Amino acid sequence: MTVELSHYLILAAILFSISIAGIIINRKNIIILLMSIELMLLAVNLNFIAFSHYLNDLAGQVFVFFILTVAAAEAAIGLAILVVLFRNKQSINVEDISEMKG
Amino acid sequence: MIETIVFYLFAFSTVVTATAVVTVRNPVHAALFLVLTFFTSAVIWMTLEAEFLAISLVLVYVGAVMVLFLFVVMMLDINIARLREGFVKYLPLGIAIAFIMLLLMLNVVTSDIFSSEAMLEPAAKAADYSNTKALGSVLYTEYVLAFEIAAVILLVAIVAAISLTMRKRSHTKYQNPSEQIRVRKADRIRIVKMPADGE
Repeated sequence: MTVELSHYLILAAILFSISIAGIIINRKNIIILLMSIELMLLAVNLNFIAFSHYLNDLAGQVFVFFILTVAAAEAAIGLAILVVLFRNKQSINVEDISEMKG
Repeated sequence: MIETIVFYLFAFSTVVTATAVVTVRNPVHAALFLVLTFFTSAVIWMTLEAEFLAISLVLVYVGAVMVLFLFVVMMLDINIARLREGFVKYLPLGIAIAFIMLLLMLNVVTSDIFSSEAMLEPAAKAADYSNTKALGSVLYTEYVLAFEIAAVILLVAIVAAISLTMRKRSHTKYQNPSEQIRVRKADRIRIVKMPADGE
């Protein structure tokens, strides 16, 4: 029994579903929400790398490289916004921030 | 055989730690579990012969992004009990939606187009094959424009993060260099002519 492409795809699908569940059940906690987004990106990256390996094409790995870059920038800006928010509101609860009632 | 064992071991621990990330009570523990998830997925990337990305996942994510997460989590004074409100209430909904999505995705990824007959295991690379070298040779030629855009994105992120968090403190004292340089003797000393004292 060897490892096939579909094993990696199933693992990525499970990771993605866990992070979807994480976003729904941790609706109040922005930090866990950001971590769930990181997990989702990880699942997507795993798909890219698995296909890159099995199709013997380096483009998938180059794409993962750019996703990592954008994810790092996103985490840095998101956490900076979080710090500013906490400084102004003394709270990071989603309930306290939804002033626009969108 | 050994590859299969490594894959199942690390796939299992990836799933367990990812579940722990979204369910543990303490955000610091969640961040540490996320670090562990990144480590185990780096091993899985390694089995897919993406060595450069596996190493950069550990260096960039564990070394920079997750440390930033830990900094912020520990710096903010968070009321965990309030943040956990609704956890039990939304748990069945979350599991249901995730389960449906999982079934849909499994339906796609286990179809015949991704079977082992359609997607053959590629031939093993030569012993002197370097993943980093191959990645670099396409990154700096074919994808050079995208690479430069990525650099600009990082620059924008630096500027945004600094300008968001920097604040002027009203009670600290600053020097004004240009005023200090432009100062003249007449501004600082006044020569007073007065008769000598004591005759």
